[in-house]
Amino acid sequence: MLKRAKTWGPGVLLLAPTIILVGVFVYWLIIENFRVSLTNQHTARPSNKYVGFENYSNLLADPNFQHSLWNLLILTIVFLGGTLLFGFLWAWLLEQPSKGEGFFRSVYLFPMSVSFIASGVVWRWLLSSLQTSQPGGERTTGLNRLLDSVGLGFMQNDWWSNPTWGIAAIAVPAIWQLSGYVMALFLAGFRGIPDELREAARIDGCTEWKLYRHVIFPQLSPVMLSAIIIIGHMSLKLFDLIRAIVPDANTYDVQVPATMMWVKYIGSDYADAAAIGMILLVLVAVVVIPYLMYTSRAEKR
Amino acid sequence: MRRRLSLLAGVAVLGLTLAGCGGGGDSTASDTTNPKDATGKVGVFTWWADGSEKAGLDALVGVFNKDFPNLTFDNLAVAGGAGSQAKSVLAAQLKAGNPPDSFQAHAGAELQDYIDADQIEDLSGFYKDNDLTSQFPKDLIDRLTVDGKIYSVPSNIHRANVVWANVEVLKKAGLDPTKPATDLDGWFADMDKIKASGTIPLAVAGSWTQVQLFENILLSSLGSDGYNGLWDGKTDWKSAEVTTAIEAYKKALSYTNTDRDSLSDWAPATQLVEDGAAAYNVMGDWAEAKFEQDGKKSGTDYTYFATPGTQGVFDFLADSFTLPKGAPNPGGAKAWLTTIGSAEGQTAFNKVKGSIPANTTADTSDFSEYQKSAIKDFGQDKIVSSLAHGAAVPVAWLNDLSTAVSKFGGDQDVAGLQDSAASIAAKFAK
Repeated sequence: MLKRAKTWGPGVLLLAPTIILVGVFVYWLIIENFRVSLTNQHTARPSNKYVGFENYSNLLADPNFQHSLWNLLILTIVFLGGTLLFGFLWAWLLEQPSKGEGFFRSVYLFPMSVSFIASGVVWRWLLSSLQTSQPGGERTTGLNRLLDSVGLGFMQNDWWSNPTWGIAAIAVPAIWQLSGYVMALFLAGFRGIPDELREAARIDGCTEWKLYRHVIFPQLSPVMLSAIIIIGHMSLKLFDLIRAIVPDANTYDVQVPATMMWVKYIGSDYADAAAIGMILLVLVAVVVIPYLMYTSRAEKR
Repeated sequence: MRRRLSLLAGVAVLGLTLAGCGGGGDSTASDTTNPKDATGKVGVFTWWADGSEKAGLDALVGVFNKDFPNLTFDNLAVAGGAGSQAKSVLAAQLKAGNPPDSFQAHAGAELQDYIDADQIEDLSGFYKDNDLTSQFPKDLIDRLTVDGKIYSVPSNIHRANVVWANVEVLKKAGLDPTKPATDLDGWFADMDKIKASGTIPLAVAGSWTQVQLFENILLSSLGSDGYNGLWDGKTDWKSAEVTTAIEAYKKALSYTNTDRDSLSDWAPATQLVEDGAAAYNVMGDWAEAKFEQDGKKSGTDYTYFATPGTQGVFDFLADSFTLPKGAPNPGGAKAWLTTIGSAEGQTAFNKVKGSIPANTTADTSDFSEYQKSAIKDFGQDKIVSSLAHGAAVPVAWLNDLSTAVSKFGGDQDVAGLQDSAASIAAKFAK
């Protein structure tokens, strides 16, 4: 007994604090959150009446919540598309033999080291919705002023102050910030492909396009999947960037579930806030769990 | 074996600590404590962490230290988000049975949540002991009284239906700054002239300032009784009068700066008026403190008047202080409330904060010109509760309505706003 404890005892002891802390502060709180989401705790006054999944059905039927889900979809598509496009493009350019690769790599990666809150404050100014042609246009700042001064005044727009497409403007700073990261992922992917494969393909008479189509791209697909998962789950949870760019949390144009949860929570509607939290958790789980299963299976192989 | 024991002990200790967080909160404040005999620390929770608010609180603490030298003031202020951050911190503390000795809350509907949750003490006895009922205006006492009981002591009063205007801009448009419009139609006609002269007529900022503008237009269009009825169910949100009011709000929005949602708070919108980039701004009278700080002169640089159509109505909000159940130092808390309610305390505080004293016996002889006019109006006007500042409806109701108003800023759908406002009212009204 004592002997066996000696072999696994230290391991358990080492893991115990983590298991207990994660157990209490993650899993127990998720359960507690789920419990609150099934009650009618809609105001600050304590009430614990069990209402089943009523909060969920009310939320899903609420046009404002549907709008926030729609916004989340647009945000995720634009954010994913933008980072993958620029990340791949930059990685491909850097992969060509050229001087100053290290320099450009740092340049592209740098935005990632800035926090969303800090860059959001600057982007609030850059994405100001005032246009030079509107009354008070002399106060125009940021991108609209820049576009006007380089003769592209017709491209000025509302940015995020638009109920349908405004959320796509929020994706712009997010793309700026994370394309470098996706680039780093792709660059690692490119480096992992041995030169012999390319040479073999070229000897067999492959054109450059066919080389990419049949040799390089298939080997990049695991990298692509990782990038989609990482950017995708960040997009679903994106809160701080929106909060920093948009002054008022309760702004309909750019409402996503995460900001709506905050508004409900501040308004003491704990049950609805908890229900939105659960919906977000499920959305993220749908993205992350298949990926975890995929990687653990790959590791076993 | 010993290792496993110590591990178990560790788990047990952690468990006990967590369990300990949930306990407490059973003790009740005894009415026999005399504030004069109280000693120790008094923890006071506010969101007055900087600017004129912090200066006002400091002035108040000065009076408190003079009145009660045996007590130490413990500042528990939480900054950020116009009080929203503080409110969530406070809610957590109250829930955990760990209240401060006294906390700040907007008088009116916002207080209702705390009363319903049985978290604050009835202060009727305190009012009687200190003879406060006769020193506060009756209108205010009526708004503080719930089922015949009073739960808080107001420290200051603000007015939310004031228009601030740039004198130069009005003159340039050929308007007389001393003769403001008296109804919405007249006001819109003036705004047309200002628009023609090349200036933005009306400055507004993000979501909550739009709600405040909406509230002013509702008040002007429906009158004080109609406006009050929106919150107690006597006015039908689906009525034609409300449609007219929302149409007027839509018209008012058409005169505003297009970048309203990008302005970070009320101050940038007021700044537009100060700089002459806009003519009017509907804002609470804390704007007065801003004009004063920036060295602007009333009458020559800026002017103010009640929102057209709301003359004789005072759209009020007030801060007040409470005695939470289970406060660690109830005697000290009562001493603090005594200072809050006293004429000297109110003079010291409001002079600096730019608001007006709730206590009518406070000395206001060296207050600013605006403050004096507001004191006069408060004495004679009809008083209604502000929507945007939590006096008229509970926070959850205000939140939902704010979302609807924010949405309206984009789609301008009058019927849509009316429908959602009606269904929100139906959800919350009892």
